[in-house]
Amino acid sequence: MKILVLLKETPDTETKIKISGDKMSFDETGYKYIISPYDEYAIEEALKLKDKDAGTEVVVCTFGPETAKERMIKALAMGADRGILVSNKGCERADSVAVAKLLAAVIKAENPDLVFGGKQAIDKDDSQTISMTAEFLDWPHINVATKFTLEGKRALVERSVEGGQVEVYDVALPFILGADKTINSPRYASLPGIMKAKKKPLDIKSPSDFGHAPDTMMANSTVTAASFDYPPAKPPGKIFKGEDVAVMVGKVAKLLRDEAKVI
Amino acid sequence: MKVLVYIDQREGKIKSIAWEALTLAHTMAGSSAQVAAVLVGDAVGGSAGEIAGWGADAVFVADHASLKNFNVMSYAKAVGSAVDTFKPDLIIAGATPMGRELLPRLVARFSAGILTDVTSLKASGDKLSATKPMYSGKCIGNMEMKKGKLNIVSIRPNVFAAKKCGEGSASVQSIAADGFADERLKTVEIRKGKSERPDLTEASVIVSGGRSVGSADNFKIIFECADAIGATVGASRAAVDAGYATHDMQVGQTGKTVNPNLYIACGISGAIQHMAGMRSSKVIVAINTDPEAPIFTIADYGIVADLFEAVPKLTEEFKKMMG
Repeated sequence: MKILVLLKETPDTETKIKISGDKMSFDETGYKYIISPYDEYAIEEALKLKDKDAGTEVVVCTFGPETAKERMIKALAMGADRGILVSNKGCERADSVAVAKLLAAVIKAENPDLVFGGKQAIDKDDSQTISMTAEFLDWPHINVATKFTLEGKRALVERSVEGGQVEVYDVALPFILGADKTINSPRYASLPGIMKAKKKPLDIKSPSDFGHAPDTMMANSTVTAASFDYPPAKPPGKIFKGEDVAVMVGKVAKLLRDEAKVI
Repeated sequence: MKVLVYIDQREGKIKSIAWEALTLAHTMAGSSAQVAAVLVGDAVGGSAGEIAGWGADAVFVADHASLKNFNVMSYAKAVGSAVDTFKPDLIIAGATPMGRELLPRLVARFSAGILTDVTSLKASGDKLSATKPMYSGKCIGNMEMKKGKLNIVSIRPNVFAAKKCGEGSASVQSIAADGFADERLKTVEIRKGKSERPDLTEASVIVSGGRSVGSADNFKIIFECADAIGATVGASRAAVDAGYATHDMQVGQTGKTVNPNLYIACGISGAIQHMAGMRSSKVIVAINTDPEAPIFTIADYGIVADLFEAVPKLTEEFKKMMG
């Protein structure tokens, strides 16, 4: 069996986002980069299948800057077999539709039995690549998956939705799964794993290798970010301290009712 | 502009996000003659009149036993059929678990543009302009979509106003829905949640606990406070990682982004990733022993006190007020 895992490099969750002076981009000085956390669950879910059947091949794939190589090496150190980094040079600002089309082309070329990814990347928070890529392939997909059980050529997948409800699906391979946090606990890379990762194949490709030239991807993109802003600053609040707790609580409760009118 | 609204329903009950989407559709379209809605489910046809009261001129209904439970493959076909007939310029739905799963498939099917989870939307010249929180709300993207092709937008719940408008009558067009089921993806069952409370992403009031709550047992005082005002309970990542609360309760960058009218943070210091997920709450109350805790910088009201002392007292005050 062959599993393709889609991953994305994002800034660490503790990163303070700095917008550049012209508001058109970000000042990324001092940023620490990680594999987008949900994608780590996708890697782990693939490696769990490899643990059961050593014949399983796990290929990790990213579309991003060449610096994302470090993230690919981490995935290889966790246990993936090889990596494909599709460079975003010349199409850094391609929209999500153009990127999903490209990913569908990579998946077609690799022809895996299953594709795993995270439910969303924690930069744009779009949560749309999984479903869009699946539609381009005419495959089923299940996003926000919290449980995956392979049963031959089909799988049982649970998906968590609002109010703690769980949808249970019976789905035919091949399909794309978007992993949520509770699906597993990702392993750490072992020292031997880290040593081995350096020797594992990691191909750097261009979108053109999959029939999507960077300039065409840009030309086909119709959704763009014109600028960025910080969320509006809040005026300082009314903070009570040093008084009797019951008095402070009473004041805040009254303010919530009479001033904020939310109780 | 012709606007099609996807009506989000579970078990026949239409979600308030649908009214928010219809109100926005009416603003974008300029008149109700340009607004249609699409409703998918089993035995849902009776809701068409209700939808008309919110400004839809036409309601496309795909009503079929096979559509009882949400299934992205069959639902995408049903909505796609309404798109084929109505030929909208814009589709609006809620950025809910259903909307988020469904819309990107329509994007791929109709070569559309997409923006997810927007907090404002307007037409200007040959573009649609929208704001969209990124990095869980650490920054806002001012986005543009080219007009002249189908655009698909999901809106963040609880941001856009819902206002009834229109004549209250609509032409109902049924969509022939046999054959939408896809053998490759079958919904086996829908397991009900244990909680009767709204989901965090839809809640209008949230009471959240942090690591200083100290144990899963101690979370009881957070639940009691939430009970007093009908709130949903949230938790910080630290509390979830420590096992005091479950992941579906986590608010923040690797949990849920929330947008309630009132957010009460108990013993939460305010890590960047937590504040990213809740800072757009309309009113924020912080209770923390540390007056320097970052959470106080975004709080409307703060109490510097031990949560074990303050929270039960707040619960009592709320109970008195709610009578």
